[in-house]
Amino acid sequence: MRAFVFILFKEKYMNYLPKSLAVGFVLASFAASSVLAAGTHPVTGEALSDDQTFTYSMLDEFTSADPQIVEDVEGSWFVRDLFEGLMNQDADGNLIPGVATGYTTNEAKDVYTFTLRDNARWSDGNQVTAHDFVYAWRRLADPATASPYSWFAEIMALENVGAVMSGESPPEALGVRALDNLTLEVRLTASLPYFAAMTTHASTYPTPQWTVKTFGDDWTKPGNIVGNGAYVLTEHIPNETATRERNSLYWNNDATIIDKVVTLIMNDENTDFTRWEAGETDRGTIPSGQYPRLKAQYPEEAISFPRLCTYYYTFNLSPSGQEALQDVRVRQALSYALDRSVVTDKILQGGQIQAFTFTPGATAGFEVPAVAFGQMTQNERNAKAKELMAEAGYGSDNPLSVEIMYNTSEAHKKIAIAVQQMWKETLGVKATLANQEWKTFLKTRGGQNFDIARGGWCGDYNEASTFLDLLTTPSGYNDGKFSNAEVDELMTSARTMSDATSNYTRVEEILANEMPVIPVYHYTGLFMLRKNVKGWPFNNVEQNIYSRDLYKVAD
Amino acid sequence: MLNYVIKRIGIAIPTILILIIVTFYLMHAAPGGPFTSERALPPQVLANIEAKYGLDQPIWHQMTTYLWGILTEFDFGPSYKYHSRTVNEIIGQGFPITLKYGFWSFIVAIGIGIPLGAIAAIRKNTWIDYFAVGISIGAQVLPNFVMAPLLIIVFTLWLGWLPGGGWHGGDWEYLVMPVIALSTSYMASIARITRSSMLEVLNANYIRTARAKGLPTKTIFFRHVLKPSLLPVISYLGPAFVGLITGSVLIDIFFSTGGMGYFFVNAAFSRDYAVMMGITILVGSLTILFSLIVDLLYAWIDPKIRY
Repeated sequence: MRAFVFILFKEKYMNYLPKSLAVGFVLASFAASSVLAAGTHPVTGEALSDDQTFTYSMLDEFTSADPQIVEDVEGSWFVRDLFEGLMNQDADGNLIPGVATGYTTNEAKDVYTFTLRDNARWSDGNQVTAHDFVYAWRRLADPATASPYSWFAEIMALENVGAVMSGESPPEALGVRALDNLTLEVRLTASLPYFAAMTTHASTYPTPQWTVKTFGDDWTKPGNIVGNGAYVLTEHIPNETATRERNSLYWNNDATIIDKVVTLIMNDENTDFTRWEAGETDRGTIPSGQYPRLKAQYPEEAISFPRLCTYYYTFNLSPSGQEALQDVRVRQALSYALDRSVVTDKILQGGQIQAFTFTPGATAGFEVPAVAFGQMTQNERNAKAKELMAEAGYGSDNPLSVEIMYNTSEAHKKIAIAVQQMWKETLGVKATLANQEWKTFLKTRGGQNFDIARGGWCGDYNEASTFLDLLTTPSGYNDGKFSNAEVDELMTSARTMSDATSNYTRVEEILANEMPVIPVYHYTGLFMLRKNVKGWPFNNVEQNIYSRDLYKVAD
Repeated sequence: MLNYVIKRIGIAIPTILILIIVTFYLMHAAPGGPFTSERALPPQVLANIEAKYGLDQPIWHQMTTYLWGILTEFDFGPSYKYHSRTVNEIIGQGFPITLKYGFWSFIVAIGIGIPLGAIAAIRKNTWIDYFAVGISIGAQVLPNFVMAPLLIIVFTLWLGWLPGGGWHGGDWEYLVMPVIALSTSYMASIARITRSSMLEVLNANYIRTARAKGLPTKTIFFRHVLKPSLLPVISYLGPAFVGLITGSVLIDIFFSTGGMGYFFVNAAFSRDYAVMMGITILVGSLTILFSLIVDLLYAWIDPKIRY
């Protein structure tokens, strides 16, 4: 899963253009002052450490460093360091200039024109031009590239994207062209007020055609790779380590503080933490359930912050599902009787947030609606749940039997066992547990062969529709096959509204009544971060990290 | 002897072929594919990817293409998960690592296991015996997923002597903990097998005869006891050696060694078909090769065995 910011600009961002130039100017002046004040941070004035190597652990090898191919979060971090797109995000997730100094758009917001800076260079010295973006975007949509993220070109609504992806039209037909070396024009088939924000996504980053031509699939290997980002990939030993070092040709190199970024692959979370403790890494993993202990031991370094993710159970509402679960009272009773505080405070213990809505409260422009069952105490909920269950005709003489399906994992198992117990004690429900290995589980859930299945969803972008679209009838991810005409309509109309908050609130209210899913908790980001590492973008809920914004202060 | 070897190789080829066919079909029978994910890909995108990798072809066609690629170009295909990397590259990188720590673990397991078992047998029912048996039982019951984190806590966190993981081309300090963690249980098994088989030999009539005619203990031990008591050990060592050099997923996970074990397990979970096939073929071939070597060693050690 990769994410991009959709912060809906609306009108206010249209005023952003002149400011973008100003930001570029301010950055340039920082660059000048950093030369004078060596050893201190140009903005904050903090004394910097002599060692500016940032080392962090990754659970698994990243899938690729190729912007148009990469599909994982960790790989996207590499791409953000090795390349630079038209626009970037700051530490709060706001849009700031990248290779583009700014853009203009027409009234209909379906034609965008980006102006590129003239001092952007590739790491081999070539100038970064609009042609490099045209090449990259065509490459993204070209069926010959077979990019797993080519669908991103589709949601960018580029002109002719469908025809290009299906091979009916050549990639040259795509609605993107270079008016000259420094001007990129994009033509869309829909009005997208947030289009510029989509250019922070790694798959839209430019690609050096000459390098790809020369090396083919090997072009991202160290020694071959040419990028336009703040760092270059200097070493990569798959499944062990990768190193990226400062790119002296990067246009804003003077403002970069971290010289070297090293990743170490650690497949085990306990080892990962031990190695952090031993001082081998700057950022390490918090083993599950260990957060309270580590927070007490390392109050400044054990970090927990809200993420745009929801953990939930989905009911199978398709014709193949159990009949009892078609009864809204049964669904409500099961949801009410699930004591979320046990899950967050007793099982996970990592500052997770109890969920009564599908959309996390951390989502931009989303006010958590006061859904009634979220306001009750757990005792009230339990009482209500018993009532509802009795009304539906289930009780000790006629107990409900359901199966909870989850993908094999200790964490999911612990939660499922707790839920099983809660339902048994409060409602007399006989729940059985079943687990399947990940890909088998996806097939089972996608084929509606379950009663109740575990789900987890992280937002693709920072806006409520990334969650709520999931529960519309046409959604490919709606494995429970919930279908509600009003929800569909509200979500469709939300797309063209300048402020869709009221629609999202209404949808959440419908969900609280219909209860197609049981929201359980909202995730938190958890890790150990050494206290001399500064500049971490905690307020960027999508966690789009740019290593060049980090720095280490002197101890 | 030569006839026997040729015959065994003759059997090996169809065995590997059957292994490939069965694995290939089983793998494709498992639900989901390399590109199944929580975010289902749009049909057009999936079709483009499958077309690129030939996954849209019938299975028999995929398999013959695959076999043809191996036979003509020694090409084991691309990885579906780690884009732009081939199976040959993955094995070429992971196997030498696994081979190195596996080989050293093997040496350590034999080097400690056999003497330990032998001493225990010779000094049967003395404190030395109890001590040796105690060590081997202890090592046997301590699984390496307990041992590995313990080693890291002691040597990396507390003492700060060794790095907590990584490989660095296999420098000795990166090798110590994986070798200890991997070799202990093998060492314990070898010690146990050596002890019991040696006790049996020591009680044999010909040893009593040797003693009776006044041969020095050293001669009796090295000439008459050691070789026959190693037979059961050797039949254990063949598969153990293959097990050691084809990787341990736990070692790779705990020490981030980057060996083949992790790729193997990971490939199965992520349905990275070609990687899984490649490693299966390698492990299968090595197993066949080493069981042949063990059988040949048998004949060399025990003159009673003839082919």
